[in-house]
Amino acid sequence: MSRLIDDLLDGDHRALARTITKIEDRAPGYRDLVSQLHDHTGDADVIGITGSPGAGKSTLVDKMAEEYRNRGLTVGVIAIDPSSPFTGGAVLGDRIRMASNTGDMDVFFRSMSARGTLGGLSTATTDAVKALDAFGKDKIIIETVGAGQNEVDIVRTADTVAVLVPPASGDDVQMLKAGILEIADLFVVNKADLDGANRTVQELREMIEMRRDELAVATGHHGTVEKTGDESGTNDATDDDTLSWSPPIVETVAKRGDGLDELLSVLADHREYLVESGRLETKARDRYAAEIRTLLREDTADLLAAEIEERGGLDQFVDRVLDRETDPYAVADELLGPIEECIEEHSG
Amino acid sequence: MSEAQEQRTIRCLVGKVGLDGHDRGAHVIARAFRDAGFEVIYSGLHKAPDEIVQATVQEDVDVLGISILSGAHSTLVPKIMDGLEEYGAKEDTLILVGGIIPEEDRDELLDLGVAHIFGPGASMDEIVDFVRENAPERR
Repeated sequence: MSRLIDDLLDGDHRALARTITKIEDRAPGYRDLVSQLHDHTGDADVIGITGSPGAGKSTLVDKMAEEYRNRGLTVGVIAIDPSSPFTGGAVLGDRIRMASNTGDMDVFFRSMSARGTLGGLSTATTDAVKALDAFGKDKIIIETVGAGQNEVDIVRTADTVAVLVPPASGDDVQMLKAGILEIADLFVVNKADLDGANRTVQELREMIEMRRDELAVATGHHGTVEKTGDESGTNDATDDDTLSWSPPIVETVAKRGDGLDELLSVLADHREYLVESGRLETKARDRYAAEIRTLLREDTADLLAAEIEERGGLDQFVDRVLDRETDPYAVADELLGPIEECIEEHSG
Repeated sequence: MSEAQEQRTIRCLVGKVGLDGHDRGAHVIARAFRDAGFEVIYSGLHKAPDEIVQATVQEDVDVLGISILSGAHSTLVPKIMDGLEEYGAKEDTLILVGGIIPEEDRDELLDLGVAHIFGPGASMDEIVDFVRENAPERR
């Protein structure tokens, strides 16, 4: 095992920080590091916080971290901000809002730039979460880029997703409908002291109910919803109420800490639901499957890139396609040929 | 994976420390760094040396730029340096100071491990180039 990982597991902050850097940079050897981390992960509760820019994500995360610390838990935070599509540069400003936890090393706060990826998460986020998990953090909070409609990647990394909705965002809420509404395990109407908060809560409630009806209709009669939602087959003893989850709405005023207790207890409830319904395990399975697929895609793409390079680059194939000597499908078959042969040889 | 992703991104912390509310310079620098393609973390105003140390360690920045215009550099900078040393972060972080630093105080800061002091009149290009050339090689 590498010294860096040893140090990380020993609780060295610098080693944790450096490991995350290597993960972010996709530095040589980072894959080995992540491999070594895997065995030590799986204990942390991973919470995703998303919502439109200015909804109060950073402030809320700060207060959450503070409260978890008060309860004797250790916290890791990953906050993602957008990067410039032109220079790749970024100003990562979330740290400024972390005023309640400065000087407390047991809140490990890391700013990340999205580095050009869409979906509100950095590609390295999932691996960085593993580093925090292995380090022994009890709660890991991921704050996404200020999200619009379709930044739903967070579901692939977080166990519980809280979507922040600022008051008086009636039209915005409508827009959220398709993408973000669907990934919310709970809604937080932050800045609840502002005008329009009640209306926003009301609108969200209507939307959630409408969606529940749609689900019930789509899957036939009542009861099948729960069964299809739970594939691990542990639902024999439990009744319907504990097995289904409908997103609660929590009102908070993050800067004053109002509603924080309720938020944390709803988060704990969701965690309990995940564990008891077997959803946590299902989620983990899905996540690892997706991760393996992504890695395979990247790796085979690299293999192919090497093969193409070997044969003189993609341009000459494109030339032949343009001249109607061949077509894109034939080129793909030709390039994949050697790989297919290898596989056949091995399996044969 | 694209070429740009494989290339290491330089990360900087721009820190305002102590009782000094003048942050125009820090903002301008943060922006210039961003435009140069760096990832910049801005500390916000009135930070204690401990907070700067915490941020430098956790964010694993290549460059720490400390902006001080209050005249308290001889007290604040050593505290930051000691903190970084404690976490093993002093050696491979490029530490810069910007602001009003009297001539007679400069050597003291440089002896502590500050790589360079940029006073009034330093150009953005000069600072960005210095960072590019001197950002530490990492293990």
